[in-house]
Amino acid sequence: MTIATLVDHWRRFTDSDLLYSFTRSKVTITAAVVLVLLFLSAGLAPWIAPHDPFDIATLDLMDSELPPVWEEDGDPRFLLGTDTQARDVLSSILHGLRISLLVGFASVILATVVGVFFGLLSGFVGGMVDAAIMRVADVLLSFPAILVALLINGVLRGMLPTEYHQDVAIFVLIMAIGLTHWVQYARTVRSSTLVEKGKEYVQAAQIIGLAPLAIMLRHVLPNVMGPVLVISTINLGMAVLTEATLSFLGVGMPPTEPSLGTLIRIGNEYLFSGIWWVVIFPSVTLALLVLAVNLLGDWLRDALNPKLR
Amino acid sequence: MLAFIVRRIFQAFAVMLAVALIAFVMFRYLGDPVDSLSLEDATAQDRIELRQRLGLDDPFVVQFGRFVYNATQGDFGTSYRNRRPVKALLAERLPATLELVLVAATLALVVGVPLGVYTALNPRGAFSQFLQMASLIGISLPTFVTGILLILVFSVYLNWLPSFGRGDTVDLGWWTTGFLTISGIKALILPSIMLGLFQMTLLMRLVRSEMMEVLRTDYIKFARARGLTDRAVHFGHALKNTMIPVITIFGLQLGGLIAFAIITETVFQWPGMGFLFIQAVNFIDVPVMAAYLVLVSLIFVVINTSVDLLYAFIDPRLRVDRGAANGHSS
Repeated sequence: MTIATLVDHWRRFTDSDLLYSFTRSKVTITAAVVLVLLFLSAGLAPWIAPHDPFDIATLDLMDSELPPVWEEDGDPRFLLGTDTQARDVLSSILHGLRISLLVGFASVILATVVGVFFGLLSGFVGGMVDAAIMRVADVLLSFPAILVALLINGVLRGMLPTEYHQDVAIFVLIMAIGLTHWVQYARTVRSSTLVEKGKEYVQAAQIIGLAPLAIMLRHVLPNVMGPVLVISTINLGMAVLTEATLSFLGVGMPPTEPSLGTLIRIGNEYLFSGIWWVVIFPSVTLALLVLAVNLLGDWLRDALNPKLR
Repeated sequence: MLAFIVRRIFQAFAVMLAVALIAFVMFRYLGDPVDSLSLEDATAQDRIELRQRLGLDDPFVVQFGRFVYNATQGDFGTSYRNRRPVKALLAERLPATLELVLVAATLALVVGVPLGVYTALNPRGAFSQFLQMASLIGISLPTFVTGILLILVFSVYLNWLPSFGRGDTVDLGWWTTGFLTISGIKALILPSIMLGLFQMTLLMRLVRSEMMEVLRTDYIKFARARGLTDRAVHFGHALKNTMIPVITIFGLQLGGLIAFAIITETVFQWPGMGFLFIQAVNFIDVPVMAAYLVLVSLIFVVINTSVDLLYAFIDPRLRVDRGAANGHSS
């Protein structure tokens, strides 16, 4: 890649319609800024968190149940207060955000890989394979996402001995959420593949004698990836929400490795003692995250929609 | 037409059979039934007897057949956690969930549809813009956060409404109802608002987009050109045609409400089927999980099939995106 091509790419980007529609919408810019801030805080959590909420040695029970710093008994060491075990709420949120985002991204990647694979297979091979995959997809789609995720989670946990539950919770969660959301990818990629299959370059490749797998991966795949990006953005919001819901219900991340959903569940139990900060701040963070992702997803979908240009 | 009906019903049976198979595999092979059902001090002889009584050594097909036969009678064995028949547990909890779902669905319809119509007819009004923003937040906010906020405001601060349980219920034979007592009704309010809010927002957006599309059609223009009053055009013609896809999606959503009820019941400690299911998943109480799966699948399959068949009668052109209606991203 020469400097000239790099400069050319950059210029094409700055001149693009996409960037223009992005800069036009204040809401989208705000959402993007919020999202970048959240990502950065989550990524740098181990370094920027003021305390380590998981190191029991640093916890002093005299510091428990302190309200946020702007309230009467607030302590400037704990900006957003502490919970009943003297864990700093701000640090817990940063680490929880990190885990929530980790699970969210990992499950989206899993769903994308599985969904794109089955979509390509279904569209390219056709016949019985196609019918079988689409039948499974239809059945999966007729059940609510949360139920499917709960079920896969329950089954996977049932297959593992109880001692390992806490250690592998994150993997079980990623698999449960990923295997729930692959269907949408499969359907979209399948219809795109069907369109591409009729085009001449595919037929030419087949005549030359390229193996079907090679054609699928090297030629068809790059051309069907467009809508996948849009689906992924919206899927991220849903994955984070699903993970938070599962954790809130008690079948997600355990309290030793809490995600935002787990924090909300723990905080919920103290709501009646008047300790509102343990539950409100994680909830606000979660809501902000999902809202920002949804807004960005909406913008991306409208910007990439050929019908609206 | 007849071929379509037959095919659709056949498909429904196939799905139920597949679900039954999954439920059976879970039921039989997840965890050890003998271990979970026998007492702590059971001897080896007791275990062998239990094994024979449960027929755990019979061939797979025989066991599956027995499972399906029992399932059609409603017998799903004994819960590992409660040591009571699953059938009794479900029967106790079913009225609670159904009442909650009924009130939430009614709420969503009664509030969502008129608001949707209003925002469609006055798209640029201030109230409409406010409703649009509120609905976006409503869809992004996790449902349990809404529930917690409701509890915080109405239970903790204002102390108007209870935050857990069903209140006092009245036994009507096999059904227990909360409608006939004041505390029962009070206990119903917050959970049904939380459950219905998501559907309300969805319905509102749906009615709005459908109605705006209908208002752009030619026959509406013609009706106006004929001189019909706004009221006749909007409600006599546009609304009727909007309602068909709306009713369909709403029907499909009913199943989703039963699933979302799981979350609502957990937040409000509502003694319904969803709460039972969550406790079962936590405890890995497989008979209850399998029974819930089969029961809920039955409800879904019946609703989906009825809606599809109804649609085939009304308008074969219209197709519903079932994925979007069930909370899958699209």
